[in-house]
Amino acid sequence: MPPVTRGFVGRRKRDPRLPPGQYDVGDQWPVLTAEPAPNLDTARWTFRIDGLVDHSVEWNWDEIRALPRERWDGDIHCVTTWTKFGMTWDGIPLDALLEAAGPLPEARYVVAHSHTGYTTNLPLADITGGRAWLAFAAASAPERPAPLTREHGGPARLLVPHLYFWKSAKWVAGLRLLADDDPGFWERNGYHDRGDPWAEQRFQGD
Amino acid sequence: METTSRKTLRWQLATVLEVRDEAPKVRTFRLGLDGPATHLPGQYYVLRLTAEDGYTAQRSYSVASAPHGRPEIELTVERLDDGEVSEFLHDVVVPGDVLEVRGPVGGWFAWDGAGPALLVGGGSGQVPLAAMLRHARALGRPELVRMVLSVRTPRGLYYGDELRGPEVHPVFTKVAPEGSRRPAGRLRLDDVAPLVRGGETAFVCGSPAFADAAAALLTEAGLPPAAIRIEQFGPTGA
Ligand SMILES: Cc1cc2nc3c(=O)[nH]c(=O)nc-3n(C[C@H](O)[C@H](O)[C@H](O)COP(=O)(O)OP(=O)(O)OC[C@H]3O[C@@H](n4cnc5c(N)ncnc54)[C@H](O)[C@@H]3O)c2cc1C
Repeated sequence: MPPVTRGFVGRRKRDPRLPPGQYDVGDQWPVLTAEPAPNLDTARWTFRIDGLVDHSVEWNWDEIRALPRERWDGDIHCVTTWTKFGMTWDGIPLDALLEAAGPLPEARYVVAHSHTGYTTNLPLADITGGRAWLAFAAASAPERPAPLTREHGGPARLLVPHLYFWKSAKWVAGLRLLADDDPGFWERNGYHDRGDPWAEQRFQGD
Repeated sequence: METTSRKTLRWQLATVLEVRDEAPKVRTFRLGLDGPATHLPGQYYVLRLTAEDGYTAQRSYSVASAPHGRPEIELTVERLDDGEVSEFLHDVVVPGDVLEVRGPVGGWFAWDGAGPALLVGGGSGQVPLAAMLRHARALGRPELVRMVLSVRTPRGLYYGDELRGPEVHPVFTKVAPEGSRRPAGRLRLDDVAPLVRGGETAFVCGSPAFADAAAALLTEAGLPPAAIRIEQFGPTGA
């Protein structure tokens, strides 16, 4: 156990929906990016799954919008310590997209990459089993999800709500399946390779 | 750029050497480290507090001081109402106390002093930018940086007279100093556009709303998006 800090008792009453070190951001939805938001034209937009798959698949905007969608309701957690409760999201389960590409047995990790060049790594197990989506719309419940603005990653971003939100790559362009973990943009800058908010996995070594 | 090493991520004990008021509700903590400060201006440390029962709280704080080879850093903390860690630091911590820290962390929002930089900060976003200005001055290259600071009133400027001088362009959003030619008001295009020279990297730091607005102005002023780096924190700004 770390040494006790003189005089520190900590906050006694905390909302149990808040992971450690997080605060409730309320109605706000802060925009956090390392670069200004790009303007992506859906006429030229694509989403691709490649790497250790049976065959690479690429969808254009119309093709991906024709696939069956799902709704997800819940909370999102940003590593910069805000948590937003009770959101509604609309997207396509990554399970369905991965199934179309056919992951090879040796595929254990993915790198998600964005149209901006941003990358982030995830264990394949974290984006399968009905826990991750390619999302197009979001809202603070009980509203109807509205198309993601460009600040929030529109026209499409990942939604991996059980991990810190930097894993939910904005402006996502594709997933590459790999046998070994390959740290992405923030992970090479010291952030955690997995990023579980409940385990407070903020930095490498947490 | 990989600037966060495994060594960085080891917790160490830091002794509070000095506590200083900076602005209303803003205080600087000078901490003694177990080795020379090796951060790049813009990087931050994580601070961890532990209660008797094992409960811990961690928060990130940008380094305000420039790397200077001495085994110490300065962190500047704004006290938030009901803020678990910032209130504790303001109300309880005195010189001689021991805090746990690890760092430096973060490699993207960091300036190594190699090229020109345009620094745009609001509220506690002044902290990492001050480290950059101090670094430029220590290198004898103050002309490398131009700094725009957005604060509510003249008292909102941190670090005494240090954030003054030809490199620094303060913008007051609520109350402008007497005799000032610019009336109080939010950051505008003509506050930043004249400072764009071309070829610089912009570092924008403040609340999400401030950072967003400032980045939009910089883009409008002609900076390519790839030349703009953003760090968002703190509830205030302008
Ligand atoms: C990379 C990085 C660098 C930082 N550098 C600095 C710095 O140099 N100086 C500094 O003062 N702070 C800095 N911060 C913010 C700091 O880490 C804490 O978030 C802040 O001190 C509040 O912690 P707290 O425990 O006092 O408040 P908490 O107990 O966590 O929150 C109290 C209340 O304050 C509000 N609040 C808390 N954090 C925020 C926030 N980020 N934005 C909006 N409202 C909030 C919420 O309403 C919350 O209910 C930095 C953050 C990051 C991510």
